[in-house]
Amino acid sequence: MDFSYTKQEELFLQMIREFAEKEVKPLAAEVDEEERFPMETVEKMAKIGLMGIPIPTQYGGAGGTNIMYGMAVEELSRVCATTGVILSSHTSLCCAPILESGTEEQKQKYLPKLASGEWIGAFGLTEPNAGTDAAGQQTIAVEDGDHWVLNGSKIFITNGSYANVFIIIAMTDKSLGTKGISAFIVEKTDPGFSIGKKEKKMGIRGSATTELIFEDCRIPKDRQLGQLGKGFGLAMKTLDGGRIGIACQALGIAQGAMDETVKYTKERKQFGRSISQFQNTQFQMADLETKVQAARLLCRSAHYKKDHGIPYSADAAMAKLFAAETAMEVTTKAVQFHGGYGYTREYPVERMMRDAKITEIYEGTSEVQRMVIAGKLFK
Amino acid sequence: MKIVVCIKQVPDTTEVKINPQTGTLIREGVPSIMNPDDKGGLEYALQLKDQYGAHVTVITMGLPQAEDILREALAMGVDRAILLTDRKLGGADTLATSSALAGALRTLDFDLIISGRQAIDGDTAQVGPQIAEHLDLPQVSYMEDLQFDEATKTFTIRKQTEEGYQILQMQAPCLVTALASSVKPRYMSVNGIVTAFDREVEVWGADRINVPEDRIGKTGSPTSVFKAFPKQLKPAGETFEVSPEEAVELIVNKLKEKHII
Repeated sequence: MDFSYTKQEELFLQMIREFAEKEVKPLAAEVDEEERFPMETVEKMAKIGLMGIPIPTQYGGAGGTNIMYGMAVEELSRVCATTGVILSSHTSLCCAPILESGTEEQKQKYLPKLASGEWIGAFGLTEPNAGTDAAGQQTIAVEDGDHWVLNGSKIFITNGSYANVFIIIAMTDKSLGTKGISAFIVEKTDPGFSIGKKEKKMGIRGSATTELIFEDCRIPKDRQLGQLGKGFGLAMKTLDGGRIGIACQALGIAQGAMDETVKYTKERKQFGRSISQFQNTQFQMADLETKVQAARLLCRSAHYKKDHGIPYSADAAMAKLFAAETAMEVTTKAVQFHGGYGYTREYPVERMMRDAKITEIYEGTSEVQRMVIAGKLFK
Repeated sequence: MKIVVCIKQVPDTTEVKINPQTGTLIREGVPSIMNPDDKGGLEYALQLKDQYGAHVTVITMGLPQAEDILREALAMGVDRAILLTDRKLGGADTLATSSALAGALRTLDFDLIISGRQAIDGDTAQVGPQIAEHLDLPQVSYMEDLQFDEATKTFTIRKQTEEGYQILQMQAPCLVTALASSVKPRYMSVNGIVTAFDREVEVWGADRINVPEDRIGKTGSPTSVFKAFPKQLKPAGETFEVSPEEAVELIVNKLKEKHII
């Protein structure tokens, strides 16, 4: 693996940084405060191809790499974690499973609209009684002639009320356990489908996190994604990819908090000098910087493996575990370095600390990541 | 319609410092960027491409690393990129630069040449107008808006002046110099970036342009730099919100304080 950026990646970084600074950062506080989905930002992202970075050009995508997609999530999250997760869920949890497991017809039908940003994507696995124990699915799908009929509900669905396409995991044969779980593509306009309550959250408050409700929701047979009974594996594989996206989101949050803290501690004077000149500040910040860079390399290495078809499940888990815990540590200390000001909404580190927490929870808690890593270690 | 945009790679002067001893720019570690006015000009060209299907070529004269801004231009959507680079062209002042660029432009087809008003490293605003003179083209500088009439091949240009603006018309072929402040350049597209390095950047040497050697490079440059100094920022002014009557008295008193009246 080459640790330096390719020419494309350098140019991409130049573009995405400028985009994040000019288009995303100015809205971040407002999006958080008002719990507002930044649709205007999504439209701008769509215009330059950010909604389909790793999707091949034959399906209307930009034909980029997963490394570039990870850089985009990082740079967006550096200034606004809400925007980062909108892109991550759309790309990793909806576009990717269609690309990896869809039929040619499904790819032709959905990917061009998703990659162009005309449609937004989401993914539904979690249920009130099936979180970390995802096998306990209670949403059921029953065959009825040329259709599948879905009943049940999903919760905590990112992009829920703004998505047009949903990858839904449901039980098709309860007697078979995880082998009786299948995946489906549901469209917003399908009969019997509706959006339930919107969550009020601690962080990433601009992302629309909602419940999805299926009441005799009828979808055509050809909406089954992947093979019958292989939905659990599809969901786990999807989450493996998604975890790198969330790791990049956590990394971005951590980097954003580092940027703010370096700036603040250089400006803030106490006892006659900048607080950046105290060794306590320097040593703590040096440790945090080292962890952020280590997280970046874990993210990059996991995406490199995904780009090159090398198994990356444990790498994704390590990247997410480490980046999420680093984000929580960095943002907590960033607030501390900012003192009383850091606890107010005048400075962004307070928001970053609230945003960081979710990265230790969604798309597999830190405990799940440890299970995945240990599972590989002791197999 | 064929458009050629002249662009330049410059140090990002928001990050540049001047060595107080030598009075020269400290360029080490300073990122290089596409000159902002040139990028504004490029955006105008790409808008004409969106509207009328114009073919857009970018050309730059500079060191081999100036290829970076050509790749950026390709990623923004231009059709052709030319890098004019040669040791013989080094050390050029504005006259030698415009001679060389005009030489290159003579070999290209164009209806419109766009350059930036001025580069943020030299701030001369001379190269664009000089190119027009070399090529005997009509020109409008300080362009802040541009419309094209396909039937008459006429450009209607809004030119910024110190007092306001002028509306001027020119027939193709012609040259304009563009202002960065009047337009927001588009972002490079992701696919543009992915494919930018698979596309050709034509590298031209001095032998590709038919310009005598005593008109290019250091030998063709009658100007030399006497001194470079950073721009002095004026302090923020005082603001008063008062009635017109009070304002008159206030201004008179201030002028008296400074012994101006």
